Parts: sequence; structure tokens; C-alpha cells
Amino acid sequence: MARKYREIGKAGWGYTAITSVVGFVYFFPVLWIILTAFKTRTDALAVPPKLFFTPTLDNFQSVFFRASITTGTSQATDMGLYFFNSIFIAFTSVGLALIVGTLAAYAFSRYPLRGNDTYLFIILTTRMMPPIVVIIPIFLMFRLSGLAGSYWGIILLYTAFNIPFSVWLVKSFFDELNPEIEDAARMDGASERRVFFRFCIPQILAGLSATFVFGLILTWNEFLFALLLTGVETRTVPVAMARTLGGEVGVDYGLLAAIVTLFLIPIFFVTFLLQNQLLRGVTFGTVKK
Amino acid sequence: MTIELKKLTKRFGALTAVDAIDLAVGDGEVLCLLGPSGCGKTTTLRMVAGLEYATEGEVILGGKRVNDLAPRDRNVAMSFQFYALYPSLTVAENLAFPLHADSLGKSEIEARVKQISDTLQLNDILNRTPGQLAEGEKQRVAVGRSIIRDPQCFLFDEPLSRLDVQLREEMRGEIKAVLQGLSKPTVIVTHDQLEALTMADRIAVMRDGRIEQVDTPHNVFTSPTNLFVAGFIGTPQMNLLPATLTGSDGGGKAEFTIDGGQSMTIEIDPRIGELQPGARVTLGIRPRNLEISSDPAEDGISTKIDIVEPMGAETLAHLSDGRHDLRLVTDWRVPLTEGAQVHTRFPPGATHIFTENEQVLRTT
Repeated sequence: MARKYREIGKAGWGYTAITSVVGFVYFFPVLWIILTAFKTRTDALAVPPKLFFTPTLDNFQSVFFRASITTGTSQATDMGLYFFNSIFIAFTSVGLALIVGTLAAYAFSRYPLRGNDTYLFIILTTRMMPPIVVIIPIFLMFRLSGLAGSYWGIILLYTAFNIPFSVWLVKSFFDELNPEIEDAARMDGASERRVFFRFCIPQILAGLSATFVFGLILTWNEFLFALLLTGVETRTVPVAMARTLGGEVGVDYGLLAAIVTLFLIPIFFVTFLLQNQLLRGVTFGTVKK
Repeated sequence: MTIELKKLTKRFGALTAVDAIDLAVGDGEVLCLLGPSGCGKTTTLRMVAGLEYATEGEVILGGKRVNDLAPRDRNVAMSFQFYALYPSLTVAENLAFPLHADSLGKSEIEARVKQISDTLQLNDILNRTPGQLAEGEKQRVAVGRSIIRDPQCFLFDEPLSRLDVQLREEMRGEIKAVLQGLSKPTVIVTHDQLEALTMADRIAVMRDGRIEQVDTPHNVFTSPTNLFVAGFIGTPQMNLLPATLTGSDGGGKAEFTIDGGQSMTIEIDPRIGELQPGARVTLGIRPRNLEISSDPAEDGISTKIDIVEPMGAETLAHLSDGRHDLRLVTDWRVPLTEGAQVHTRFPPGATHIFTENEQVLRTT
């Protein structure tokens, strides 16, 4: 008997069902957080957990306005500022890292130095140890230089941490390009600057988007450096979130979930916006043109 | 307008890719650089274009040394192996791009694009991007883009290598027609000898960074100056038999012992008299020049037919004397039976004799 063989391009319902189950398992924690954000304190702590409840927006309101324990009046929290900080710091540093990384990657790809690979390796070494190892020297450097607590301090730090990743990833995109196109442009009278901006960059936009999103996710969720190196004014959301844990009246899970839910939105949005580019970027070069 | 290369050399570290070559391409002449992969032909082309810097020697365009000029200042057009069309631009924009460097008016650019697209039948695809084009169309756009600026000379890097057989024949004719109309010095790099033989006015055969022979397609084919050119040009390959000169009458006849034992007496160039009996030589004869007969003859050796490959109008047969494989191409009507014994004959004047240092002895 010949084995039954599956038509290419059709997966069938069974596989779709299995994938849905696995997908649901993956998404469940996120879903749980989002649901919790709409629960009252009692519902959030109920045993067994409640799947059906009357949703409330109180948690979202108390992210930004909270009743003071002492006076009982509603007071604005600084959460708005922290969200701004997170967005500003992450986008600026990832953007800077992408610009520097792209320029460096082009140079590494097109104008290789003697011992090019050595330099690339050195760039990568900064990512080889856990960040906690370097936290003490960096903390001291930041204290001495006055960068601690400032926007520039944390932005520069995140930029520095994102550059290796950007250089390596973007270099691989440049390496995949057909250099004949650049030569043709040179023959046709284009300057080196024009070759780079007009012909190289447009060809790797997908790759740049992918690099940007990956960098953004890493930076967005960074906690350790943000905890130690940001001040009251420059605090990011993950740090602020952690501080709500030690509230006077125990952990307010609903409030925490509401912050997390809001915190998910920008990254969801960016990823969704770039998702077509992202797919192309991730698979860049795996199929020969 | 001419292209002249003087002692042009390119070294990549310890590797010498192009080794002091001298070459001149006359006005309106089409020269093919022909050679196996890695022989330095593309590097030579890129040095003319200015995309590689010459380590030593000179590139002279129209009497002017251009070694230190950037590609865009040389006024040279080049068509690339993978076409190198700009992926984000449409066909029309691709064609127009080289003109922007010349700061022409918009209407003039449009007129030139129109003219080129008429010549090369690109009118239907002007608004498409390269990703939407078939291979043949890409090739035509690439040719169009290289001729639009009216440069002083043209360079083609493997122009037909990516096309299928039928398109290749079509484009070969088309490019030849375009080049004839332009009558500018042109260098074509190719590893395909048929391409070189059909398109070139002269062929420069390269090996290991050196030029082995420069001559007209006919002469390169009929009078190869050395063993490499003899073996490289011609399909099927020329039969090359190592042999020893055993006797010569001082005039036109000489006796050879083919390695393996058989000997034959053939009529060849009188210059054979320069060789001493006992000299090692290589005898070369084209598969189409080799003749067969059923009777033994003194001007050939006896062989067995190994394999018969019908090729349509002709038949290719592999003959064996027990040691060497001899290829024979003959009319399809000649009956050939695999396994049968046949006698080969080397007609007068058809055999090339190469001395031990691989140079040809016979020059006529």
C-alpha cells in the first residue's frame, strides 16, 4: 500500500486545531493579565479563579488617579510621565542604535578592515555576559559623570547595548544584497552617499524594521538598569510597576494588570504596523533572489 | 575612441588575478575576453570600468590615462551579469537614471527613454519594476540602461549567462545588432565560447590572469597558438594525443608513435623538421576533421567505437584506442555501430602539433 500523501499547501483541520491549542496555551498568561485588569479586587483574588465577571474600568482609572490613603481625595499619579519616559527612552535609543548600527554595518560589509571579523567579535563581546556583571562599574561611572537619573544617561546606555545587535543583524542584510547594483549605480554617476541612501537602504527596509522591533522589545522590557540608573523624573514603566508591588495595603493585582495591559499597547501597535516588513526581515536572505 | 591596457595587473594579497596584460580594442571593435572561471576576465573588465583599482599598469581610454578616475568620470557603460537593475525603480526610471548625472532637461530625458524603449521593445513594460520582469526583459532593460547615455565605450559582463538556450540565441543577435549600430569599442566578458565566437570581432583567450591568444574568432579556432587555447575553444573539444616523433623525411611527412604503441605517418607543416626524432609532442585534431575508414591506413590509428551520441544533423562518436578517448563528429547518415573496429584518418593539414612546452609548431 502506498502511503497516503498530503497535498502541499494544505494542512487540514486537525493540524489547525492542534496549532490553535498550542497558540492558546502561549497566549493564556497574556490573556489572564488582560482579564485581571478588568476585575475588581475581590474577583482578581477569587479562588477558584473567575472566568466570568462583571468588567470594571476602575483599575485603569487608578493607574492615573488614585485615592490617597491619608486624605482620601483622588490624586494624579505620575504614571503618565512614566509611560512617556518608556516610549521616549526606548524609541530614541533603539532609533539611535539603528542609525549608528546601520552605518557601521555598511562599513563592515563594504569596506572591510584588516581583521574585520575580530572587530565584529569584539563588538559582540559586550553582549556575552549578563548585564548584572557590569552593573556596579556602570553605576559608578554614571554617578561620577552625573549621567545617573538623566534621560541622556539611560538613552546612551540602551543605545550602547543595542548597537552590537543592530550591527550584526544589519550587516547580514547588507551582505545579502547584490553588490552589482551598487556598482551599476556608481557607473551611472551616483555618488557614494547616493548609492547608500538611494539603493542600499531601500533594499533592506524590511530588515531594518525587524531590527528595530527586536531592539524595541528588548529595551521596552528592560528592568535592571532602569531600576538603578533612572531617577524620579526619568523612571520607566517597568520600574514604576515594580514599585506598586510594595503598596501599603498589599499587592493590588488589578492595578498591576491594568498597567501591564496599557504597557502592552505601544509594542503591540508597532509590531502590528510593521508585521509585513517584519516577516520579510526575519526571513531575509533565506531564499535566494 | 579606443581602449588600451598596458601591463595591467591586479593583485589581491598574494593572489595575482590579472598578470600584466596588454590589450587594445579599436574604435567600433567588439572584443571578447574568454576564459574559464577565475581566469581574471571579470577583474580586467572591472578595472576598465573603474570598479577595481589597478595594482600596476595603465588603463587608457581614448588616449587618456584613467587609472585615477572614478567610474562615473570615465564615461563608460557596463552591463552586469545579474543585470543589476535598481529594484525600487520602474523600468523607465532605471533607463533614465544614468541621464540624471548629465543634468539633462526632463523632456530630453523622456525623449531618450522613449527612443531606447522603441529600439529594444520595452514600451509595454516601462511602468513595471524589475521584480515583475522575465529574464529576457531584464536583459534588454540592462542593455538599454547601458547604452542610453551614449558613453565612449561599453563593457558587458557575462551578458547572456542567465538566459535559457532559446532566449540566449535571440539576445545574442539582438545585442550584436545593437553593438553594430553603436560602433563603439566594446569588451564582452564570457566563459561561453559560442557567445565569443558569434559576437566578437576579436577574442582574447585568458587563463590564470594572462592572455593566451588574441585573434579573430576564425583564427582562434583554426590556428590556436598553444595547447590551452586548442583545448578550450571548440565543442566538442579538440582531440589531444600525446605522441613521440619517430621519423621525418625533412619535408612534409612525419611519423609519430602515439602513446600506447600505434604509429602513423601524416602530412604536416615542414617546420616539423626543426624537431629531433624522439621529441615529445601533442597531436591535436578537431572532432569534425577526423575521418574514418574501414580499411587500415598509414595516416591514422585503429580504434573501437565506444559510445555513439546522435546530435541531430551530426553524430558524436567516442572512439578508443585502448588508451585515449577520441571524439569524432560526422554526418548523421554515416553508419556507426558501438563496439565496431574503425580506422581513423588524419587528413593533411588538419593536425596541430604542440611541442613539449605546449606551444604550437604548425602555424598555417
